[in-house]
Amino acid sequence: MVKVTYVAHDGTRTELHGDPGDSVMSLAIAQGIDGIVGECGGSMMCATCHCYVEEDWAEATGPRMDGEEDMLESAACEVTERSRLSCQIKLTEAHDGLVVHLPEEQV
Amino acid sequence: MTLSTMTLIEGHKPITPAAGIPVWDIDPYDAELLRNPSAYYTRLRELGEVVYIPRYSVLAVGRYETTRQVFSDHENFLSSHGVGLNDFKLEDPWRPPSIILEVDQPDHTRTRKVMSRALSPKVVKGFADLFRDTAEQLVDQLLAKGTIEAVTDLAEAFPTTVFPKAVGMKDVNPRHLVDYGAMVFNAVGPDNALRREAMSHAGEIVPWINAACTRDRLTGDGLGAMVYASADDGTLTEAEAGMLVRSFLSAGVDTTVTGIGNALWCLSQNPEQWQALKRDPSLIRPAFEEVLRYTSPVHTFGRTAGRATEIAGFSVEEGTKVICVLAAANMDPAKWGDPEVFRIDRKPIGHVAFGAGIHGCVGQNIARGELEAVLGALIERVDRIEPAGDPVWRPGNAIRALDRLPITLIPN
Ligand code: HEM
Ligand code: FES
Repeated sequence: MVKVTYVAHDGTRTELHGDPGDSVMSLAIAQGIDGIVGECGGSMMCATCHCYVEEDWAEATGPRMDGEEDMLESAACEVTERSRLSCQIKLTEAHDGLVVHLPEEQV
Repeated sequence: MTLSTMTLIEGHKPITPAAGIPVWDIDPYDAELLRNPSAYYTRLRELGEVVYIPRYSVLAVGRYETTRQVFSDHENFLSSHGVGLNDFKLEDPWRPPSIILEVDQPDHTRTRKVMSRALSPKVVKGFADLFRDTAEQLVDQLLAKGTIEAVTDLAEAFPTTVFPKAVGMKDVNPRHLVDYGAMVFNAVGPDNALRREAMSHAGEIVPWINAACTRDRLTGDGLGAMVYASADDGTLTEAEAGMLVRSFLSAGVDTTVTGIGNALWCLSQNPEQWQALKRDPSLIRPAFEEVLRYTSPVHTFGRTAGRATEIAGFSVEEGTKVICVLAAANMDPAKWGDPEVFRIDRKPIGHVAFGAGIHGCVGQNIARGELEAVLGALIERVDRIEPAGDPVWRPGNAIRALDRLPITLIPN
């Protein structure tokens, strides 16, 4: 089990437990988290799964994937250096405790 | 048996299925079956995680989890051998392979990046006015007619008007575009009557398509020019840019024609869902996702095992063709609960109508943008959509589309 905390734009925190191999997006969709849409199902085509990785977790989640930068340009909210497409963060045991913040809107 | 003496089946290596894999003697490309495939999808899922079909010596998957898994496992199940029954490494394909659809990593990454940049949500938003104005004009014309044949009058008319403009094509021939799509998609099946009929137009259409993809036949401000810009900066060769423009034309017309036709079918058959859409236009995008799940415009595509591997615990030998029945997965009760019910507010995230993983449809934003425009124009102007005769489905080796859909549009 890998614990992930999603912090909504209004500050509400939701803790979910995923399995290694889930993505931060797919876990959120499966559990009905509002702030992630994931329209393209994780093919890196929609940018509606934008999230901000909390600073302490930047290293564990690693750099952006090939092509992620381009797609982030289509995100609805401001893109910062902590921005990631949550479908591209695949959970491993090393992510237990991960905290991601969600933007105000995704479309 | 060496490769050179081995007899191929539909251009691929015959296999001996692992013990325990159910064997089903059926022709999944039979025209009658393709007209009315739902019993086939059900039986395929019931038989097991993976089924052997001796007629073509292929494995088939149709349960949601397994289908998604195999279709997106680009390390074990390759695309470079072709996504149909022919194995491109054993027999020459009918045209030079696509440099995005029919390649594997790492080659795929370079071309995919160019295409996903050209088809990003941001770029597609720029076409919103074109899509919207065209849809409004078209629907106004059709309302004046009242009863229409929705496949030609709307489903074909809309994409063949807007898509060449979006690409920036100077040459216009809607018939060639639609027929080229039919060739590309029927070619992934066996050498049956459907494929032969579609291919019989090749002599006329292929040279036209190839010429239409060259730089001088494209305007400077469309999707085509964006792809050629990648030739200017050295990411692609000039020839590769032409090949990627060809991919727009292969995959970008027949698919959305089918998507629009299937959407009109769903909404004309489910008037209460049409009314619900009129009441709440924010459901337009989710409604299209449900149309995609419910009708799977691309019903089947394949993969080839690149090495000895397994599916659901059964060993699979290298070179095995696996047909992935996306439409069966999108109708799997284990995933969807009540898949037979068409519900515009289902929000079926995770459906596989656009595929999944690294090859997941790169044109999906265009498809969504086109459907949003068409459905938006319809709900503002049309009170009811009534069937005006029986819908007729057109069998296809990969695409499930309507052949005729007579409907009456009743204005507000
Ligand atoms: C309702 C409409 C559409 C449907 C149902 C659809 C379906 C699909 C599917 C299932 C795949 C995955 C193929 C595979 O993994 O082997 C795919 C890939 C692809 N689609 Fe679409 N498509 C649609 C519209 C479009 C449009 C409008 C375009 C062009 C603008 C397009 C261009 C492509 C391309 C180039 C690929 C290959 C991507 C790759 O291999 O990386 N499609 N599509
Ligand atoms: S889910 Fe579409 S880009 Fe992540």
